[in-house]
Amino acid sequence: MLADQDRIFTNLYGLHSPGLEAAKQRGAWDGTKFLLEQGRDWIIEEMKASGLRGRGGAGFPTGLKWSFMPKKSDGRPHYLVVNADESEPGTCKDREIMRHDPHLLIEGCMLACFAMGAHACYIYIRGEYVAEKHALQKAVDEAYEARLVGQSNVHDYPFDIYVHHGAGAYICGEETALIESLEGKKGMPRLKPPFPANTGLYGCPTTVNNVESIAVAGTILRRGGAWFAGLGGKNNTGTKLFCVSGHVNKPCNVEAELGITFRELVDRHCGGMRGGWDNLLCSIPGGSSVPLVPADQIIDAKMDFDTLRGLGSGLGTAAVIVLDRSTDIVAAITRISYFYKHESCGQCTPCREGTGWMWRVMQRMTEGRAQKREIDMLFEVTKQIEGHTICALGDAAAWPIQGLIKHFRPEIEKRIDRYTANPHSDPIPMAAE
Amino acid sequence: MTKILVDGTEVEVPAEYTLLQACEAAGAEIPRFCFHERLSIAGNCRMCLVELKGAPKPVASCAYAVKDCRPGPNGEPPEVLTRSGLTKKAREGVMEFLLINHPLDCPICDQGGHCDLQDQAMAYGVDSTRYQENKRAVEEKHIGPLVRTAMNRCIHCTRCVRFLAEVAGVPDLGAIGRGEDMEITSYLEQSMASELQGNVADLCPVGALVHRPQSYNVRPWELNKTESVDVMDAVGSSIRVDTRGREVMQIEPRVSEEINEEWISDKTRYHVDGLRMQRLDRPYLRENGRLRPASWGEAFQAIAAKVKATDPKRIGAVVGDLAGVEEIFALRELMRALGTPNLDCRQAETGLDPALGRASYLFNPTIPGIETADAILIVGANPRTEASLLNVRIRKRWRMGPLAVGVIGEPVDLTYPSHYIGAGPESLAGLARGEHSFLETLKEAKAPLVIVGAHAEPGILAAASALAKEIGAVTPEWNGFGVLHTAAARVGALDLGFVPGEGGLGFPAMLASGGVDVLFNLGADEHDVAPGAFVIYQGTHGDRGASRADVILPGAAYTEKSATWVNTEGRVQIGNRAGFPPGDAREDWAILRALSDVLGHRLPFDSLTALRRALYAAHPHFAAIGTVEAGDVAASVDRLAGLGSATGGAAFASPVTDFYLTNPIARASRVLAECSRLARERAAESRPLAAAE
Repeated sequence: MLADQDRIFTNLYGLHSPGLEAAKQRGAWDGTKFLLEQGRDWIIEEMKASGLRGRGGAGFPTGLKWSFMPKKSDGRPHYLVVNADESEPGTCKDREIMRHDPHLLIEGCMLACFAMGAHACYIYIRGEYVAEKHALQKAVDEAYEARLVGQSNVHDYPFDIYVHHGAGAYICGEETALIESLEGKKGMPRLKPPFPANTGLYGCPTTVNNVESIAVAGTILRRGGAWFAGLGGKNNTGTKLFCVSGHVNKPCNVEAELGITFRELVDRHCGGMRGGWDNLLCSIPGGSSVPLVPADQIIDAKMDFDTLRGLGSGLGTAAVIVLDRSTDIVAAITRISYFYKHESCGQCTPCREGTGWMWRVMQRMTEGRAQKREIDMLFEVTKQIEGHTICALGDAAAWPIQGLIKHFRPEIEKRIDRYTANPHSDPIPMAAE
Repeated sequence: MTKILVDGTEVEVPAEYTLLQACEAAGAEIPRFCFHERLSIAGNCRMCLVELKGAPKPVASCAYAVKDCRPGPNGEPPEVLTRSGLTKKAREGVMEFLLINHPLDCPICDQGGHCDLQDQAMAYGVDSTRYQENKRAVEEKHIGPLVRTAMNRCIHCTRCVRFLAEVAGVPDLGAIGRGEDMEITSYLEQSMASELQGNVADLCPVGALVHRPQSYNVRPWELNKTESVDVMDAVGSSIRVDTRGREVMQIEPRVSEEINEEWISDKTRYHVDGLRMQRLDRPYLRENGRLRPASWGEAFQAIAAKVKATDPKRIGAVVGDLAGVEEIFALRELMRALGTPNLDCRQAETGLDPALGRASYLFNPTIPGIETADAILIVGANPRTEASLLNVRIRKRWRMGPLAVGVIGEPVDLTYPSHYIGAGPESLAGLARGEHSFLETLKEAKAPLVIVGAHAEPGILAAASALAKEIGAVTPEWNGFGVLHTAAARVGALDLGFVPGEGGLGFPAMLASGGVDVLFNLGADEHDVAPGAFVIYQGTHGDRGASRADVILPGAAYTEKSATWVNTEGRVQIGNRAGFPPGDAREDWAILRALSDVLGHRLPFDSLTALRRALYAAHPHFAAIGTVEAGDVAASVDRLAGLGSATGGAAFASPVTDFYLTNPIARASRVLAECSRLARERAAESRPLAAAE
């Protein structure tokens, strides 16, 4: 159980004011100048020592990412871009940070920019996050007013921060698509290499970080990388915001140590499983793009990057979607499949053509209007998409279906049998969810 | 140079090569759709995926640089596998995805037979489909009179979008929608405005964009292909004339790094129907004010009677825009035999004169040389309409790095940014005096280039060449002075010295009232001949020249004869015969040879070979096909600068007022007439906006 004094997001639930004064009382902007005086290398070393892994889904070590930025500018400016395009279904953690603890984010931006020699930071907010944009903009204005940021500020490090409002495309959460969108182009991922650390926003070295990764930086540096590394487990250190949704009694956002078990997460923070633990069907532990994990495997699993990877899934954004036995799991995955078909940018072939194909087959399978051999074909199609695309959206579209086929193949076959056995071509009436 | 293993073969390639280039260097074939050498890398078709040892997933070889490959653990060179199971699986997967929504309409598709998708499906596709759902249906788009769409077939490679945005500089096409709903279209289905739009149909790897004028008319395997040279402008683009039977069906570009790379303008490509329309297929004689069909004998007798009754000093000859060197040579020999000094090929009061040296009227830097220039001053020319492909080179140069372009003349959109200095001679003089900051830019440039329109008056040429000297455009290393011609025949005629002799009349004087009594007009259709003179018109189309003629001698169009043309750079090129002239029409040199016999001055050649032998003996540089014989630029520019400094006068105006209708063939073409109409409508629509600014 995470002790209260180890919480980073002390206003996660908006019980206190998000304003600057209140944030300062909670610890934000405390000794920022002192931290900056320790120098760039110290900040990066501390971040590396903390073992913080990127909170946006891929789990890439943040300190390492920062260290990829050129040490000296070759004349081009450096940029920090904060990815607040939180669109992964099930994920709602960055939203709370921007609503209730925006100053942690702004302070983190300043520290990260300093560590990477950037003087400008762009926060790209998801199009649907209108209230969050206003909240964050208000906080930025406060910070400018208090001369915490800006061209001449109390920290003696010229630094500008811009809040950019996206137009609501899932793909713009992919870092290079986000950069394209920020540049005013169509949000389509770029080919890598070159990586953004070399050629990013406007062709300049750029680091793209998730809101949570940046927002925790201030506290990590204040309390030391060792403190953060002491929480959680090896390679999966620190605290993490979990967004638990679905068939639990009290869905919630909660900050917990990485490595908390699924059972503890649900029992302690979410009021338990709806209908008791026997009612658990499966869970999608990391936002819609990771494969589901069936009940028996997830129930006592540690919620961290490596354990979930070992289960053939992933921690992703730690958006834990809990599904009980009343769920039509095939329909649920079909809906996810539709989402990816809808959000595919259309740039590269496998994803553009494959997501629609998969969704259509899934739709038939929901009814059972398919052949059993098509299950294998569908699996093969997902394999044909996975790893063949420019960005990870192809993978994200393929994995949920792979998870479904891996764990719930009998369910699909049952439907096909039931449909085939039905002499009428009318659709089989389905129980309401 | 970096070592890399391709399928076990070690090759050494430059580090900045892509894997695709490295694989090709090693002899491995990589399928591709979106990749094109002359366009930016999109990497979106995923057909070129290859296995890279050590990489977690297959990589797009078109977009992955050799220098980005990591060496093996013991420093072994990176290894690429183009025939491994993983690569094969990836390609087959992509091919399947491309085909699931591609209609099975190859039998009625114009691309059939030269379709990349068809070819590659043979190699990487499977024989049956696993896709049971409905195929995607996409509405056709109207994107202009030249390119027809069949958007069901589109595989979203975005070559067309990239071509128009990058090479043509007119971003007419784009993609709307997302995912499988992505569609290529123009904004609100407007017609494309680029003068190079036909190339998008060439680039399209499938049949989504096809040439509208010849759609449903031709199959690639039934065409005879003849390599030739374009005469629509003075660039002399390399083309391939495709004929079926005796009819020209289509014209396609040929790859030629020196001239047009692999693009051609729409005028070059779509004037094909003009080769069939309005043709002069028999001689005509004017009797009682009306033209009547006649035999060759009658026509020649009429000419002979008139010529013999006329003082040679009152006979003149002019050459039009499309004539080949051979017939100009024959005409010059005939006129010399008749003893007339009245010859001219320059259709305006220009200072261009062969006496000043060959370099005084050539585009000396050459077209590839444009890529070396770092500042360009354009005087009295609009390269976009006068020489589209040359403009493409300037744009290419501009995309490569900073390039300052200054324009004196009409304020036109050249597809790249330019500094507008002024409209006429005054501005040029002002620039030379340093009244415009662009002079500093030119002086600071390492390789400044001055482009002067071919219609420049002597004073302008003098001022421009003096300026070129002053800014250091003419040095032993760099020839930065170029004359931009607009007509394919002009440079060849100037090379032949087809200009007035001692006391001879110039082009405008011959055409004016009371100029000459007998005018021999070899295809000059751009100017009216005043009443009075007896006009012998030798040409191909019933255009302005023919309607004023007293005798019409039907000649061969450029696709119907083997002839030499010299482009604006001075590059000598031979076009081959792709078909035969219609009816009684004959090759032009042969007509002149036959006429010379009737006139009693038999020309000393009985065959094209003999003519060429005589031509090459008199002018050896015509024998050097495909090359540019550089003149002494410094001396020529000096002589040009000495022409006098009479500046002043009207603003410069381009001789090309309508890009699509610059010669009799183009004017006879319905397709180009439609293009011209659309262009005029567009201009009329945009004018109020321009005025409002």
